[in-house]
Amino acid sequence: MAIVTVGKKACAVNPLKMSQPIGGAFAFLGLRGSMPLLHGSQGCTSFGLTLFVRHFKEAVPLQTTAMSEVATVLGGYENVEQAILNIHKRTKPEIIGICSTGVTETKGDDVEGYIRLIRQKHPELAAFPMVYVATPDFKDAFQDGWEKTVARMVEVLVEVPKAAARRDPSRVNVLPGCHLTPGDLDEIRTIMEDFGLEPSFLPDLAGSLDGHIPDEFVPTTIGGIGVEEVAVMGQASWTIAIGAQMRRAAEAMEKRTGTPFRLFERLCGLSPNDEFLVFLSEISGRPVPLKYRRQRGQLADAMLDAHFHIGGRKLAIGAEPDLLFDLSSMLHEMGAKVTVAVTTTQSPVLERIKTEEVLIGDLEDLENLAKDRGCDLLITHSHGRQAAERLKIPFYRAGFPMFDRLGAGHQLSVGYRGTRDLIFDIANLVIADHEDNRQPTPDTWRTEGVGAAVDVPAASLH
Amino acid sequence: MSSLSATIQDVFNEPGCGKNANKSEAERKKGCTKQLQPGGAAGGCAFDGAKIALQPLTDVAHLVHGPIACEGNSWDNRGARSSGSNIWRTGFTTDINETDVVFGGEKRLYKAVKEIIEKYNPPAVFVYQTCVPAMIGDDINAVCKAASQKFGKPVIPVNSPGFVGPKNLGNKLAGEALLEHVIGTEEPDFTTPYDLNIIGEYNLSGELWQVKPLLDELGIRILSCISGDGKYREVAYSHRARAAMMVCSKAMINVARKMEERYGIPFFEGSFYGIEDSSDSLREIARLLIERDAPDELMTRTEAVIAREEAKAWAAIEPYKPRFKGKKVLLITGGVKSWSVVAALQEAGLELVGTSVKKSTREDKERIKELMGQDAHMIDDMTPREMYKMMKDAKADIMLSGGKSQFVALKAGMPWLDINQERSHAYMGYVGMVKLVEEIDKALFNPMWEQLRRPAPWEDSAKNWQARAIAQMDAEAAALAADPVAAEQARRAKKICNCKTVDLGTIEDAIQTHGLTTTEEVKQHTNASGGCGFCSVRIDDILAARQASAAPVMQAAE
Repeated sequence: MAIVTVGKKACAVNPLKMSQPIGGAFAFLGLRGSMPLLHGSQGCTSFGLTLFVRHFKEAVPLQTTAMSEVATVLGGYENVEQAILNIHKRTKPEIIGICSTGVTETKGDDVEGYIRLIRQKHPELAAFPMVYVATPDFKDAFQDGWEKTVARMVEVLVEVPKAAARRDPSRVNVLPGCHLTPGDLDEIRTIMEDFGLEPSFLPDLAGSLDGHIPDEFVPTTIGGIGVEEVAVMGQASWTIAIGAQMRRAAEAMEKRTGTPFRLFERLCGLSPNDEFLVFLSEISGRPVPLKYRRQRGQLADAMLDAHFHIGGRKLAIGAEPDLLFDLSSMLHEMGAKVTVAVTTTQSPVLERIKTEEVLIGDLEDLENLAKDRGCDLLITHSHGRQAAERLKIPFYRAGFPMFDRLGAGHQLSVGYRGTRDLIFDIANLVIADHEDNRQPTPDTWRTEGVGAAVDVPAASLH
Repeated sequence: MSSLSATIQDVFNEPGCGKNANKSEAERKKGCTKQLQPGGAAGGCAFDGAKIALQPLTDVAHLVHGPIACEGNSWDNRGARSSGSNIWRTGFTTDINETDVVFGGEKRLYKAVKEIIEKYNPPAVFVYQTCVPAMIGDDINAVCKAASQKFGKPVIPVNSPGFVGPKNLGNKLAGEALLEHVIGTEEPDFTTPYDLNIIGEYNLSGELWQVKPLLDELGIRILSCISGDGKYREVAYSHRARAAMMVCSKAMINVARKMEERYGIPFFEGSFYGIEDSSDSLREIARLLIERDAPDELMTRTEAVIAREEAKAWAAIEPYKPRFKGKKVLLITGGVKSWSVVAALQEAGLELVGTSVKKSTREDKERIKELMGQDAHMIDDMTPREMYKMMKDAKADIMLSGGKSQFVALKAGMPWLDINQERSHAYMGYVGMVKLVEEIDKALFNPMWEQLRRPAPWEDSAKNWQARAIAQMDAEAAALAADPVAAEQARRAKKICNCKTVDLGTIEDAIQTHGLTTTEEVKQHTNASGGCGFCSVRIDDILAARQASAAPVMQAAE
């Protein structure tokens, strides 16, 4: 059992963490026709926007209430009102998702109250879908913003089913954590559909941020789950939550609609996927398709081939709790030693990470500890690139943001197939590093004193 | 200590800015910044601007005092390059939490400075103020002063919290911080008559190094570059330069002007984008240095270098001419505000479309520059559909613009090249221009486009989104044509001034009612062009058109 410690530094160096409001905005990006709106200064939005655009290489809708100094002090009602009216008129969204920021939370703007007033004052907005989430920057992290936002979407957008309504046995809700990529969601969708199930993802980033050529010219999100589809999620037979962060939303769904849920903390690795497929088989009443029996064999074989390279590796990993838990557990199961684990925020999974200590800290901590403990594999998001350069160890990019490589949206970690490819990618990095940097020389095994080159007197040769 | 609001007023009062000089007293107080529209704004905040301007100083620890959003969401995201230290790329932030918000974050800030100095020992620490600590009243000036005394090292407050305004205000506030706390605080080991400051150049993608070899060859020393590949000490002794070049439009005009005022360093506004501008800038540098007692022969050597480099560049561009024949470029730029990029592209055989850029005589240069700036400004407000129509109407083969229009262009199957600050290639100086032409060639002739433009075999190309968008817009245009009242309404609703949201109808009515004849009068009555001022050329056009059409009527009446 790992001990969770919180860093004591006054100055965070090379942050691992990103802020809560953009985690919230990220969740809103998985809704169709959505315009996320950050209630704060314009910089709060533009930094987040740049991160998303660089990660996905896509145009990303994200707006701001553009709070000035004066508006911040006097309260932001007018800015929220104007922003909503402007967005509603100009971009014709199907939903506006609003997150607060550090500035407006310091003042204590009552945005829920503002929205009520705005609905009263503008009849065209009376029933317009708007969801507000309080996400101060000075608390929690990206993953928490996502968690709170999805839970809030369930509370606001999902309709309470009529007492006599029948559940549709084939319909299943999926509440994915923010550590899954659009590619992961598509993989899960395919797996579920192969069992004859009809999954609804909330949020559905695969619909909006999978890097497609759009079919429509709209300034809001293109694709993603529609508000009307969210409304009827209560009729599904089951909810599958992926990642411990989604427990809150799953519980909200159960409380509101009575739909039971099953939480899968991980979908990377052999046993987690065995559990997942057995569950799908149970709820669908169908046997596991041949395709997945074959894929399971492929994953098992990949593990055999890769364990030579991954086994014994000393892993330094920095990631948000659910991604940290998922990847480190899989690599632990492959024989790697989770030697340094750094994360951003508290979570119930942290103490179950297979290591001695999990530190809530930054990339300076990760780098220093990795150096001290002689780690030889680094996993974190793109900001780890400077540390990797200095540590000179193989670096696998995982998580958000990934701005210096292509294909972030399609990187897989779920399912037998996703795990198989991930294992190959990491093993190949290790192999390449071995070829490039760790070739043996005649002196590699020589230690001082033993067999060290000495002048041997010619006479002794006889 | 001068208060932040006083500094902002001072920055707004910039006499070095031509636009500002033309404003009334009251308007000057309002500042040169565009009023931000909630729900319709794009772009960074003042903190972002300050950080952009100073972060390229390579050996400084840049510490952001605020919640995680300000640094956590943005660190190590700039393409500046360093020839030495990499500490500028290290993200430092106090990452303040709820307790700090309640009890104040000054102690944490002080401790953070201490930790940085103990661990990294940089020549200086810059402390950036952000919105939340500004609201709760953290006095970063006091903390910096105390830390500076205690640790015997410059700890510089940069007072530019995000909510005071947009990015360009932040650029200037960053300049003020340098003027107040850094410039003139140290002395160079030696000086030469060839010492030059370059102000407002950030060395993005290492572009400064495309020009530096030429300066080196001429014996011109960059005493200080503020701030690309700069070092703290170089900025501190930059007041000993003989002359200065100010690049990147007006981002740091306050620094250039105040250094002229305080230290008598003459400056000029120039650019190294394009062949012509590069030559002009080299000449101007030589001229200013000679004025300040550098030997006259510097000009002869400069001219020789210019002649050689120009010949080399044109020769390198020559082979592209036949390939570019008949190819049309849609150029939309507010970033690389340089006419000579246009000139060089035309020289390479490309035709420019979509903007009002047709003539290439020198007299039109200023006007075209302003129009291009205005076009770039307008594109921020365009819907993707409108943008696509514009590309289609222009029949362009390639689009050159800033990052914002990238996805519309690319997804419409249009080759596209980034020429704004996010670009990954360096386009400065003579070599940079050749590089730009090379990149255009690569984008234009990539065989990929042909396949991508073909619809999927099972798709009806008449029903794809491009076709639908055009059909929709054509239908709207036809409806307007059939309805003169609606057409007139639509014509009058055309927005002329983006900053102050003034439409054509309002301006025409004002001209009609009050008999206005100048742009200034129109501004007084309608507020149009009272923001960034770019649209004043459009108002000129409206006035000219009305006078032209009014003249015969008056004659007839006589």
